[in-house]
Amino acid sequence: MKQSGNILFSGVGGQGILLASELTAYAQLEAGFDVKKSEVHGMAQRGGSVEAHLRYGERVYSPLIDPGTADILVAFEILEAARYLPYLHKNSAVVVNTQKILPPAVALGKMEYPDNILDELTGRGINVVAIDAFAVAEEVGELRTANVAMVGAMSNFLAVPAQTFLDVIDSRVKPAFREVNKQAFEAGRKLVYN
Amino acid sequence: MAFDDNDNKLWLSGNEAIALGAWEAGVQVASGYPGTPSTEIMGNLVKYEGVYGEWAPNEKVGLEVAVGASFAGVRAFATMKHVGLNVAADPLFTASYTGGRGGLVVLTADDPQMHSSQNEQDNRNYAFAAKLPMLEPSDPAEAKAMMTTAFELSERFDCPVLLRTTTRIAHVKGVVAKGERVATTAASIEKMPAKFVMLPGNARMRRVEIEKRMTAARGLAETLPENRIEEGSGPRGFICAGTSYNYVKEAFPEAPVLKLGMVWPLPEQKIRDFAASVDELIIVEELDPFLETHIRAMGIDCRGKDIIPDQGELNSFIVRRAVDPDSVGELFAPLDLPMRPPNMCAGCPHRGIFYNLSRMKDVFVSGDIGCYTLGFLPPLSAMDSCVCMGASVTVAHGMSKALGSEGTGKVVAVLGDSTFMHSGMTGLLNAVYNESNATVIILDNRTTAMTGHQNNPASGKNIKGEPAHAVNLEKLCAALGVPRVVVVNPHAINKTRKVLTEEIASPDPSVVISRAPCVLLPEMVKANKPVYFTNLENCSGCMACVRLGCPAISWHPLTPAQAAAHGYGKKQKGYAEIAEVQCNGCGQCAELCKFAAISKREED
Repeated sequence: MKQSGNILFSGVGGQGILLASELTAYAQLEAGFDVKKSEVHGMAQRGGSVEAHLRYGERVYSPLIDPGTADILVAFEILEAARYLPYLHKNSAVVVNTQKILPPAVALGKMEYPDNILDELTGRGINVVAIDAFAVAEEVGELRTANVAMVGAMSNFLAVPAQTFLDVIDSRVKPAFREVNKQAFEAGRKLVYN
Repeated sequence: MAFDDNDNKLWLSGNEAIALGAWEAGVQVASGYPGTPSTEIMGNLVKYEGVYGEWAPNEKVGLEVAVGASFAGVRAFATMKHVGLNVAADPLFTASYTGGRGGLVVLTADDPQMHSSQNEQDNRNYAFAAKLPMLEPSDPAEAKAMMTTAFELSERFDCPVLLRTTTRIAHVKGVVAKGERVATTAASIEKMPAKFVMLPGNARMRRVEIEKRMTAARGLAETLPENRIEEGSGPRGFICAGTSYNYVKEAFPEAPVLKLGMVWPLPEQKIRDFAASVDELIIVEELDPFLETHIRAMGIDCRGKDIIPDQGELNSFIVRRAVDPDSVGELFAPLDLPMRPPNMCAGCPHRGIFYNLSRMKDVFVSGDIGCYTLGFLPPLSAMDSCVCMGASVTVAHGMSKALGSEGTGKVVAVLGDSTFMHSGMTGLLNAVYNESNATVIILDNRTTAMTGHQNNPASGKNIKGEPAHAVNLEKLCAALGVPRVVVVNPHAINKTRKVLTEEIASPDPSVVISRAPCVLLPEMVKANKPVYFTNLENCSGCMACVRLGCPAISWHPLTPAQAAAHGYGKKQKGYAEIAEVQCNGCGQCAELCKFAAISKREED
């Protein structure tokens, strides 16, 4: 099992990044790692770009991922995948939700949403896995599980067994939403084979 | 499963850990004002048995409440963000003289990089200026442990002790071990006038005690386990504290490190010995050269701000690059992408006010601190100044006095209900007393929204959500002597415009209370108001709704051919569309639409 790693979560405020990064962190803790996670509250949460840094290993000091060292980027929106390019390296894996949320300048007609922006990542040799997390969530019957479907897809890149994630969902998610989140996780996980 | 409430080990944020640490240290009274990144401490602390916690209207009030509890003999705690300590500086500097009976810890949460603040001041300078010990943890586990140390030091040296965190302590989650709560003492009244009554005669006596205790604290700093040398190899040695320690450990894991858990006063001999043991001494610290300045004053040669940035946050990459530029590889360059700044939410009541103000180009809008500061951003661009909590009212008054009668109808102050309670009231009192012609708009959304919906004296609920006395803002303004007080519903754009126009034109001081609850309040989310939708065939592309800057409304540009294909005239440049999943049903856009292109989705 890889002894340390950096997982960066990015997206737009309100997309469920907090829960996704919490579940991932608890799965790593259960696997026996030291885990630190850093996020920003306050002004940053009002619909702006949001990020969560998760680092695991035998002993983690810094709560921040350095530029060029994110092993996995879990991006909940296409632009928010491209924005974090300086954090990636050539062997990074990017799991990106194919959703587009228009930033204000685009919604106001002042700028255009860039086309094919993910090519900028694949063109640099980065492994990009694009998934339609909403379609997965729709399939399991609860749109709000798109974030957990993303975790499922991302889990393929970690050595932590899927069962650990399912156990974490069992203990951390409200009973009424457990089953549907477990289904979303499994469905997301099946979307990627590496 | 591990890491849950039944386990000895928890995975907590720094703020959660500090709340737990306060409880374990036997805190009985705590008071604070919400402010990123300190807010969650108080919210978590009140969940523990045996602790009284409250939201104070501002940090000065909060700290004085804690001072009072300390005078009554119990351990007391005050929390605030860095700029909050400016507000609380008055009691802090004199509590340094009085000391207390029960331990008193003051938490300051600094915000390097200004993630959610108007400045990035380094509050370690307060420890020096107020002559108080300051502890600084590096992670949540240390933050919890240092709460106990801080109270012990406070009682040992008979003075408040500062605990400084930063965003990367407060909002970082890490593994924390649970402990037991120490035995608490019963509160009592004990009169100690020579210590508690700071008349000049008494204060001069206490002034001497301050120097005695700081000398004693400096001595203790030499042996305090929180100040530790971590042996290593190589020519370079680092002195660091707080989260900078983490970056040094990642960047130079082999190097010897003097980690300071107490950043004031400093262990001079320990620093001298460490400096003598290394070929090159490097001080790594965020923001000001605080440690560096004091270490240089000891006559010790070192490197520091000549290589380490003095602005913003650090990380291990920045530290490595600064110390050893050849060791870092090439990075992928950032792409040129549209920015995604924060925005007021769909259905935010503030938008109605700022939309109207954005149409009044001659009016100077003196703004304040809260979600509504986002009224500055395009397309509304309706805020012309923002200095600090409460300054909207006072800055507007100052402008009105400078402009004289020319200023009538041209100066408006805008602030939220919580900010008005915090420090807007005194400014308004001044504006009335000294006959301002400015208009004050209080955005009463029934909560302290920016920091995550804390109750305040106008909410009718206390920190735990239990019923509490609610100040009546209209009566309060009237009692302050405001001759004109009008309440508007900001979602009713046109009516609000009429009131604003009248009140701003008035040569008398006036207050407009804009009253509508924050859309994120649980009761508003539950209310599930009917949403609005676009009748696309009626859209004329006038962009009236787009100019609200609502995140639920998007503009779709069209070429002449596309316009024709949509059944629009060839000159129509596009159409606007509401994303119904994002709409919160405020109806502001529907009121602005003159072409019947926006309708309410009535439930069957």
